[in-house]
Amino acid sequence: MHLEYNIQGGDFSNAGTASSAIKKVLKQLMSNQKIIRKVVVALYETEVNIVAHAFSGKISVDIDVDKIIINAKDRGPGISDIEMAMENGYSTASDEVREMGFGAGMGLANIKNNSSKFEIKSEVGVGTELLIIVNLK
Amino acid sequence: MRIEEIVHLINGKVISGKAFLNKTIENGFASDLMSDVLTLDSDDIILITGLSNMQVIRTAEMSDIACVIVARNKNVSEQMVKLADDCDIVIIKSSCTVFKVVGELYKNGIKPIY
Repeated sequence: MHLEYNIQGGDFSNAGTASSAIKKVLKQLMSNQKIIRKVVVALYETEVNIVAHAFSGKISVDIDVDKIIINAKDRGPGISDIEMAMENGYSTASDEVREMGFGAGMGLANIKNNSSKFEIKSEVGVGTELLIIVNLK
Repeated sequence: MRIEEIVHLINGKVISGKAFLNKTIENGFASDLMSDVLTLDSDDIILITGLSNMQVIRTAEMSDIACVIVARNKNVSEQMVKLADDCDIVIIKSSCTVFKVVGELYKNGIKPIY
């Protein structure tokens, strides 16, 4: 099954609607709550990142028999130092993002923690792309 | 502990999810940092927070948190109540501080996750 959602940068009140829709689909397809939570937390962190940092983005989810593949691609400022961005505590988030309860520099590391495979590519001035795979077994 | 007992302990007001007051909760976590909440891997958590915005309810939804206590009578928007109702999440508003809510729950047997 293939799902796709467009995400608007800066749209804080709607941040999470795509993750919420995907969670509803997953709950119909599988019963392992821990796995669903892993996928959904990784998705939600990704969605918040796009809203917080990018102009726009697209999240696609492929649900397979043995894994879930998430691809998130945004148009935005990109990340100049990925290694630093992956470190806990490093953040370039705005005050607005911090007021929402984010921007502590924990998101990317948490996405990685919840995934079986994690890849990040970024080009400054172009955008960032994440590949997140969560194995179901 | 049943959510209904928690409501009494903190002199709270239930503003969403009234149908779920019989649910029992064992663990508590207090934070205004939703990024921190999202790193938890635990069931049956009650979240105590001083923050009141849509992302608090979204975070609860993603983390399977059944109940959120908003301390210090912070305003809870209609949009938050609607989302909480959609996700079967109980929101309790309390005039107590986060410190007082946490103290009361801890004293009465709600456990920390770590």
